Amino acid sequence: MIEWINSIVQGVLTGGLYALFATGLAIIFGVMRLINITHGDLIVLAAFVAMVIIETTGLNPFLSMLAVLPIMFVFGYFLQRGILNFTLGDDLLPPLLVTFGLSIVIQNVLLQIFSADSQRLKVGSIETTSLHLTNNLAVGVFPLIIFVTAVVLIIILQYIFNSTDIGRAFRATSDDPTTAQLMGINNKHIFGLAMGVAMVLVGIAGVFLAIRTNFDPSIGPSRLLYAFEAVIMGGMGSLWGTLAGGIILGVAQNIGAKLDPGWQILAGHIAFLIVLIFRPRGLFPRTFDE
Amino acid sequence: MNSGSAIDYRVERSTRASRLGGVFGLILLALLIAVPYASDRALMRLLIEMFYFIALAQMWNLLAGYGGLVSIGQQAFLGLGGYSLFVLTTHLGLGAVWSIPVAGFVGAAISLPVAFLVFRLRGHYFAIGTWVIAEIFLLGFAQITALGGGSGMSLPVSVVKSIASTRSGRDTAVYWVALAVVAAVITIVYLLLRSRHGLALTAIRDSERASSSLGVDNFKTKLLVYIFAAFGTAAIGALIFLTKLRISPSAAFDINWTTTVIFIVVIGGIGTIEGPILGTIVFFLLRESLADYGSWYLILLGATAVLVMLRAPQGLWGLIILKYDLHFFPVQQRLHLQTELPKDE
Repeated sequence: MIEWINSIVQGVLTGGLYALFATGLAIIFGVMRLINITHGDLIVLAAFVAMVIIETTGLNPFLSMLAVLPIMFVFGYFLQRGILNFTLGDDLLPPLLVTFGLSIVIQNVLLQIFSADSQRLKVGSIETTSLHLTNNLAVGVFPLIIFVTAVVLIIILQYIFNSTDIGRAFRATSDDPTTAQLMGINNKHIFGLAMGVAMVLVGIAGVFLAIRTNFDPSIGPSRLLYAFEAVIMGGMGSLWGTLAGGIILGVAQNIGAKLDPGWQILAGHIAFLIVLIFRPRGLFPRTFDE
Repeated sequence: MNSGSAIDYRVERSTRASRLGGVFGLILLALLIAVPYASDRALMRLLIEMFYFIALAQMWNLLAGYGGLVSIGQQAFLGLGGYSLFVLTTHLGLGAVWSIPVAGFVGAAISLPVAFLVFRLRGHYFAIGTWVIAEIFLLGFAQITALGGGSGMSLPVSVVKSIASTRSGRDTAVYWVALAVVAAVITIVYLLLRSRHGLALTAIRDSERASSSLGVDNFKTKLLVYIFAAFGTAAIGALIFLTKLRISPSAAFDINWTTTVIFIVVIGGIGTIEGPILGTIVFFLLRESLADYGSWYLILLGATAVLVMLRAPQGLWGLIILKYDLHFFPVQQRLHLQTELPKDE
């Protein structure tokens, strides 16, 4: 029994990491109505950026974020203004295919520079430290840090979106870009900023991913799928829903792995399909999109 | 197709290019049929590969270019078709060539429950949903020990020998089968697009809202296209793994099948029959000339697709249409006025 509880608890914590993957994606879709197939590869890109910074400066991975996050913000802003803004419109194909092409480009550029070798960021003893809740139940300190970070980030994002000028501008451009423009908002700039914010989240997710597991240039697409599943299960427009989606995915994967190691990822995908059958709009939908 | 009282007109479909192209096409087909008599193995293998990519690209183009169903999970049906070939020939004793259309029916049958799931997702999410399904197929087939699990299986020697007893005989037979498949796919797609359903599809491509207001049942048309594409993709999958003689889940359900096809269609020209053919030729030119540069060719391919999508979303064939109004596979009707318009003064 305690083994199952243990699986569920570890799954919930894994869900925190998936929620980190997913919040950036949710913001990109929420504000720009843009589907970002590159998302997973950008997470991996952030991990490699962190790796290079750590290798050249000797910084601790957590501190490396002080450099990684601004770099990702600027990268996101110019990615949006330089390329992605030109794909927006009624047609679904351009954003999908352009980000799909970018995904292949980023994967292969990383492969060319860093080779297919597995990498990992090391933070020392904190990786292996755990808290004993009971005699049989322990949680890793680092997974707990990731989970708490996800929760804190969602609180901050909720505040930004609901109570600040820039948040209002995000929501206004998302709801009605034409009217927002008439009110003096520069949509292109707002979209750039939103992508920048999303890339900051991607940066955090990338560094945490790189500390928690091995990574190489090819792992982006599967992270993208986890992020998408979390967003769709949670329901459009709801950041807390995204956290719930991430937790469902994490728990399903951990229970699947407990049944049979080959079932870990499969169980996550099947949980996603089950939610899709019964709640096609996700568990906590807030916006209704045609 | 005839006259009104004041103005003589005629409506026609064929263009000079399509009439010339028809003749040219038949000559090309005759030449391609004769290739095994004159050529070496390497060229035949390259052509086989081009044939199945053209066929796959036609299927994806029908889905995304006409039906607006941007699937990045067609490898689900491709792999399913491949595995169907292995099961049908090895366990059920069906001939290898007959297994190809039967694999198509397997794909079409499985596409129904899949459509039930993914059709709940709109637009963008549909794309991701189809991808998740393909991943489930990949991971699921790796669990089936009867099919060799994660390491897959080979086509038994007896089945291989049954195609033709010698190696060169097999190469020739598979080549002709591949040529027949691509010729059939292009012909069927062309006839389909010229039919009533094709008109409905083209209307959906141009505007979903307008087509539904004109009485097109968008949902039903899209569902039919999805099932048809699953049929075609699975049959082509059976052909592909007939050429490879070996299958494994990671090869059969590889996302790279769909990635390549998407690049081919986008670069060639989405929403036309000529586009996927041109795209395949461009893809193979790039691949063969950059084969020594490893991943650079994929970087170049991805960057080209991005550039085409941003600068010339109708692809290379779209540029040609714009400049020369060239149609080898005309699907639309054109109005020709034979007398001058009455002066309206």
